[in-house]
Amino acid sequence: MSTPRILEIRRGVLEKNDILAHTLRDQFNAAHVLVINLVSSPGAGKTALLEDTLRRLIQAGHRPAALVGDLATDNDANRLARSGAPVRQIQTGGNCHLEADMISTHLTDWGLDLSQIEFLFIENVGNLVCPASYDLGEHVRAVVLSVTEGEDKPLKYPTMFHSADIAVLTKMDIAVAVEFDKPVALANIQAVHPGMMVMETSAKTGVGMENWIQHLITSRENTFALVAE
Amino acid sequence: MHELSIAQNLVEIANTAAQRANVQRVTAVRLQLGALAGVVKDSLLFCYDIASAGTLLEGSQLLIEELPVVIYCPQCQQTATLDTVQAFCCPVCGTFSNDIRQGRELEILSLEAEEDEHPTHS
Repeated sequence: MSTPRILEIRRGVLEKNDILAHTLRDQFNAAHVLVINLVSSPGAGKTALLEDTLRRLIQAGHRPAALVGDLATDNDANRLARSGAPVRQIQTGGNCHLEADMISTHLTDWGLDLSQIEFLFIENVGNLVCPASYDLGEHVRAVVLSVTEGEDKPLKYPTMFHSADIAVLTKMDIAVAVEFDKPVALANIQAVHPGMMVMETSAKTGVGMENWIQHLITSRENTFALVAE
Repeated sequence: MHELSIAQNLVEIANTAAQRANVQRVTAVRLQLGALAGVVKDSLLFCYDIASAGTLLEGSQLLIEELPVVIYCPQCQQTATLDTVQAFCCPVCGTFSNDIRQGRELEILSLEAEEDEHPTHS
């Protein structure tokens, strides 16, 4: 004999990830490490942007590091390591996004001393859908959009664009050649995320990179209330 | 396609709660899904059957309540329900707003379960 019964639960499905992300963020805060989660479609230029970002930060006397997520291969990590920054590859083995426990596990295995770095970039798996749901303990979620992708991408992936803190336009050097309609792209970004900051960059020519680097440095100072060193 | 991973998290939470409550069999799970949660309903339903196999939730129904985005309009000084996630502006006056009051939910509300009237271990 059985009777029906209602059990109240009221718990977030992703609470395990969210709790771990919170713990990670506490660790990053304690070490004054600004963490940037880079998300985009495959081929938007995350790695090129990151390669130039790491190089410029090191040149300016800063200490960045990077965790790079990919389904397979360690090509990106090898490419980024040329900058001289500590880099570690996360092979997700087919998983379409990074989760907080992957970050936690890899940071532990890596043995990276957080007190020795100032910026940690997490290059997410190229995917504008799934990574939106997972907090990795980052301070800044940067959505990367290349000029070759079409101005309506923000409308096609509103959840990701809404969840991001900043949009970084890449490959601006070929914007004219691919007839990129910047006003339309900017309007679409503002529609799905009113007020979001947008940066225009080209890792190839360096256009806009100084602004991006300065934004990162200022963000870190503001996040941890540091005086300029 | 991260709905399988979401379904596995969901099943783990619900199954653990059911075990703790000495439930024999779960018949339904109620879930709130916001339009901004980044989860596709049909995909989640499909994955739920796979993820729940072999647990107390096997064969149960996943009842999904879809929630639209609700923003607060600073101009009208009231909340407004959006029928899209492609323009975060007030449907009345057109003012853009990032003040999201609903739409990010991905929350298990409750379980419906069957249990023995005289549990052997309570």
